[in-house]
Amino acid sequence: MNKPVEIRWHGRGGQGAKTACLLLADAAFSSGKYVQGFPEYGPERMGAPITAYNRISDERCTVHSNIYNPDFVVVVDESLLECVDVTAGLSPEGAIIINTDKEPADVRPLLRGYTGKVCTIDARAISEETLGKNFPNTPMLAAAVKVSGVVDPDRFVQDMEASFRHKFATKPQVIAGNMNALTKSMQEVKAG
Amino acid sequence: MARKDRLSGNEAVAFAMKQIDPDVMGAFPITPSTEIPQYFAQYVANGEVNTEYVTVESEHSSMSTCIGASAAGGRAVTATSSCGLALMWELLYVAASDRLPIVLACVNRALSGPININNDHSDSMGARDSGWIQIYAENNQEAYDNFVQAYPIAEAAGVRLPVMICQDGFITSHAVENIELCEDAEVKDFVGEYNPEHYLLKHENPLAVGPYGVSPYYMEAKVAQAHAMMNAKQVILDVGRRFGEMTGRSYGFFESYQLDDAELAILLIGSSAGTARACVDELRAQGKKVGMLKLRVFRPFPAEEIAEALKGCKAVAVMDKTESFSGNGGPLGAEVRGALYDLPTPPRVINYVYGLGGRDFRVEDCAQVFDELAEVAVNGVTGSTYRHIGQREE
Repeated sequence: MNKPVEIRWHGRGGQGAKTACLLLADAAFSSGKYVQGFPEYGPERMGAPITAYNRISDERCTVHSNIYNPDFVVVVDESLLECVDVTAGLSPEGAIIINTDKEPADVRPLLRGYTGKVCTIDARAISEETLGKNFPNTPMLAAAVKVSGVVDPDRFVQDMEASFRHKFATKPQVIAGNMNALTKSMQEVKAG
Repeated sequence: MARKDRLSGNEAVAFAMKQIDPDVMGAFPITPSTEIPQYFAQYVANGEVNTEYVTVESEHSSMSTCIGASAAGGRAVTATSSCGLALMWELLYVAASDRLPIVLACVNRALSGPININNDHSDSMGARDSGWIQIYAENNQEAYDNFVQAYPIAEAAGVRLPVMICQDGFITSHAVENIELCEDAEVKDFVGEYNPEHYLLKHENPLAVGPYGVSPYYMEAKVAQAHAMMNAKQVILDVGRRFGEMTGRSYGFFESYQLDDAELAILLIGSSAGTARACVDELRAQGKKVGMLKLRVFRPFPAEEIAEALKGCKAVAVMDKTESFSGNGGPLGAEVRGALYDLPTPPRVINYVYGLGGRDFRVEDCAQVFDELAEVAVNGVTGSTYRHIGQREE
């Protein structure tokens, strides 16, 4: 059976982890995949830990449970490493992608013995440089695409440009910044 | 010509509503309603529909709005969820007994308490005796497809009953998945113009709607209503077949999956059926004779058809995503057990209550159900026929 690539997102309410999850579903859909993008809902509020999920596959996946054994985990806020077991069930064949200014080797000790690939990206710095504000979800999305390979990176960049042109039709001045954030993140993500 | 897209269940149903362009929407625009009226409000604001969008102060009033509009001869629609549906209760019965073909998009969520916003079927299952046709979806595609079929069922001569199109809260309503959408013109053609034979404001033949029914007449009205629900069965099949001719996706009362030679079967409603399908595939690969019945139409209840589909099974798990506090199982368990009773050698039935308030139902949970069914079928010992699954044991 065709096994989907499963991705789990950890963020804090208001950081755009859910939006990034839905944008990844969009990008994968545009490249011809079957997608699921869904957040886990509860009494969330700004700053509270939230989880969102993607399944991406070549055939429709009918499983509608949450994801317990992801291939990839994306952590949009590094302070979550202290309070959420972000590597729970994570495949050692997969990877975790963390928003931090630290090196992969420096965050590995915080990952409760996870033996797989650890990737880091300073999404905050990239966002502040390219967008002028801390919107970490665009660079995290790009890093997730680069590391997971669920979508062809060149195709992804093209699709996202079209998507931003649509989304920011009334604010075209932010399109270039978002595109810079994407490409910079794909270049700068570090694996260890 | 189908259009491929990716939409959440809420977006999909709002899009179907746009394509249908009903006359009146009764909309309570805040929680506990859904995103459906919110998306639809954008279509109204953009002039993409001609619908009179009536914002009201409660769900009781949104259903009252629909009743007024439908009685006057219009096509009426609303959407709600959870305690919003509970607040409509009194009016649900009025809509059904007045034989008003209103369509309600129900996003299934738990009822309080404890306070909870997540998915189970307590809301619509509680309304099962209100006289509404109830059709459930496994995913966004089915929610959309069912919605397009709703008015042709509701408005059919011999039926004229309201229809509730249900989808699982969050699991379906807020999950983005691939979907195939019909063209606007196809939907308009399929649904057709609404030209009711009788309505309140028909000047050449005005009638009263919802008058007092004295004892010498009340029972006749209720029997006629019961007959209408029975008549709905054939109409649902006809409309499902006609929808299949248009889209390639045909619909009946339920979907039988790997049931032909199944010894063990699981019967469930909604998104969990997709998870169960994956479990059946895994167990079939191990050579186990297991199958699934995904119930789509709960009202009218297709009792004879279910009995026919399950008659060869040794044991059946009936999964209720609601607790009815009968001390004897859930509503689906009772209905299915009743349906199987007249078989010469009925399968053993174990009724599970699962998935309350968003408790996840995983492939592993489904496999556990099949393990327990195997015990029942092999050892012939049923133990308790009313079980809960997925809760923590303290």
